[in-house]
Amino acid sequence: MGKTLFDKIWEKHVVRTIDGGPSVLYIDKHFIHEVTSPQAFAGLDKRGIRVLRPEQVVATADHNVPTIDQHLPIREELSRLQVDRLKKNCSEHGIELYGLGHPYQGIVHVIGPELGITQPGMTIVCGDSHTSTHGAFGNIAFGIGTSEVEMVLATQCLMQTRPKLMRINIDGTLNAGVVSKDIVLYILAKITASGATGYAVEFAGSAIRALSMEARMTICNMSIEMGARCGMIAPDETTIEYMKGRKFAPTGDAWIEKLKYWKELYSDKDVVFDKEIEIRAEEIEPMITYGTNPGMGVGVTGHVPNLSEIEEKEKPSFEKSLAYMGLQPGVNIRGKKVDYVFIGSCTNSRIEDLRMVASFVKGKHKANDVEVWVVPGSKQVEKQAIEEGIDKVFEAAGFMLRQPGCSACLGMNEDKIPAGKYCISTSNRNFEGRQGPNARTFLASPLTAALAAITGKVGDVREYYKNRELLIAGQEN
Amino acid sequence: MSRQINIVRSSAVPLNIENVDTDQIIPARFLKATSREGFGKNLFRDWRFENDDDNRPKPGFRLNDPTYGGKILVAAKNFGCGSSREHAAWAIKDAGFDVVVSSFFADIFKNNSLNNFLLPVTVGEKFLQTVFNAIETDPKTELEVDLPSQTIRLVGPGYEHSEAEKFEISDYKKTCLLNGYDDIDYLLSVKDDIQRYETERAI
Repeated sequence: MGKTLFDKIWEKHVVRTIDGGPSVLYIDKHFIHEVTSPQAFAGLDKRGIRVLRPEQVVATADHNVPTIDQHLPIREELSRLQVDRLKKNCSEHGIELYGLGHPYQGIVHVIGPELGITQPGMTIVCGDSHTSTHGAFGNIAFGIGTSEVEMVLATQCLMQTRPKLMRINIDGTLNAGVVSKDIVLYILAKITASGATGYAVEFAGSAIRALSMEARMTICNMSIEMGARCGMIAPDETTIEYMKGRKFAPTGDAWIEKLKYWKELYSDKDVVFDKEIEIRAEEIEPMITYGTNPGMGVGVTGHVPNLSEIEEKEKPSFEKSLAYMGLQPGVNIRGKKVDYVFIGSCTNSRIEDLRMVASFVKGKHKANDVEVWVVPGSKQVEKQAIEEGIDKVFEAAGFMLRQPGCSACLGMNEDKIPAGKYCISTSNRNFEGRQGPNARTFLASPLTAALAAITGKVGDVREYYKNRELLIAGQEN
Repeated sequence: MSRQINIVRSSAVPLNIENVDTDQIIPARFLKATSREGFGKNLFRDWRFENDDDNRPKPGFRLNDPTYGGKILVAAKNFGCGSSREHAAWAIKDAGFDVVVSSFFADIFKNNSLNNFLLPVTVGEKFLQTVFNAIETDPKTELEVDLPSQTIRLVGPGYEHSEAEKFEISDYKKTCLLNGYDDIDYLLSVKDDIQRYETERAI
């Protein structure tokens, strides 16, 4: 019998296996950031050991950095101390740091791929659950806790149990106005926020093959929201084209050698997955979440479930969630007013996302009572956006283009949504308090968020694609 | 903070809410510390207290209710989902818990707990409901979690004949928890294998 994409990579990285227990898995690349690494370095110090392979570790500051005035010292003391600690740890252990002010600084899951550090067939970890993003290149990439960060720093290995394997096939053609974020929110609504726990998920099918690398990253990024250990997509011509010429991509003979390996990375025809799910791309509409976990989503023309549609046992959690969101069972989401629009995060802050938003809002202006933040994923994305004049489009639309970082996705820095306000967000989590204490989050695609920025409410972006004139009609308040 | 787990007998705090994510367990704004200590005071911060400027406990939240207490937290399905922040496990352990019981744990949280000698015990839905009901009826109800035999059961008056529920844990992790070893101890012990792997792979 053939092998799965997952097993081909897994088997290549197992150093040894304990009988009836976990395997020692070798890690090729380790990304670290300021929030989940200081205790790991302190642990090394306590044990009196050094980082084993500093050249395989890359660091950036993203979670806890301001997104304005990045040239100034960080005002908030604890945040500054945390970022300084990262600097000190990296310099003491010889680790490359793309910190504030560096032209490569940005959200860890944006910079890895854009610099070509992320490559097919690798094992990649980071003390951040959205490490699953890198799986878009055909990697085993997953988030780890700080004790595990310490393990990888100390030994370049982790203790891991092989997960079960699931494949989600999405075949067909997406409707105009439906993008990769909608695919992943649709899957989440179908299988729930725990539907893939214990599994590594491979995304396959013609609709996936048709996506760009950046769109694929959005899907793998949110595989953790289904509980998956990791998400992955087999590398193909699109992947190889993307890799070419990247800063840290292999060159010359090394490139030819790597290509041979990359081209073997797919699930063989006769493999059997522990679970397989089929989805038609045509059935997917622009999605929006109404609740407090990413599995609580519906199509924009849908409604919040009625109590009768919810299992008895799940009612208390459902009602708690709606109470937090200030929504009633059965109401339509469409037409719901929003106060903030956040375009950013490791899910949707890449140049294609910014281009998508800019092409939609060009010549239009935001609704008066809406505040719009666009936070590019990296310095390189920011630079590219400025070169393409996207910054001018945003400025004319009344959007605020900020500087790179995780920002309002997790509300760790000052970028918080005020209590009780509604934010339509291109990020990945609508948990209670995620974007600020008592902030209310609707997760959506960059297009659906852009539409809400212009109209001030949740709408169906497909209507604008049916009628191109509407799309370029300008302000519509 | 105990680095070993063997038998834990204690009353328990019930938290019957599904899909509790690690942002609830410890909100991001409390992750700015660079040490592992002191996260317990902000455990479930936004559910426990009015707001950051107002330290009045919210009435009705079980962790604020002195009727409930003990070293065991009993949670509902998909506990610990979301962010990989180990601070969640640190906060629960720091608040005095040694065991979390649920019908279903999120992957990363489970690993983080095991790495911090906080034992995640996965039980069947039916057993979980029995435990919730028992605690609702009498908050002083005790549970006994026996790691060597991998069982959990209700104990005390009225539960003399209660059935024990088996739970799964790998032999490797069990040995770690019983003896206070961690994965780094093990990985450092196989360093030669790791270096051999690197050399062979490079060829």
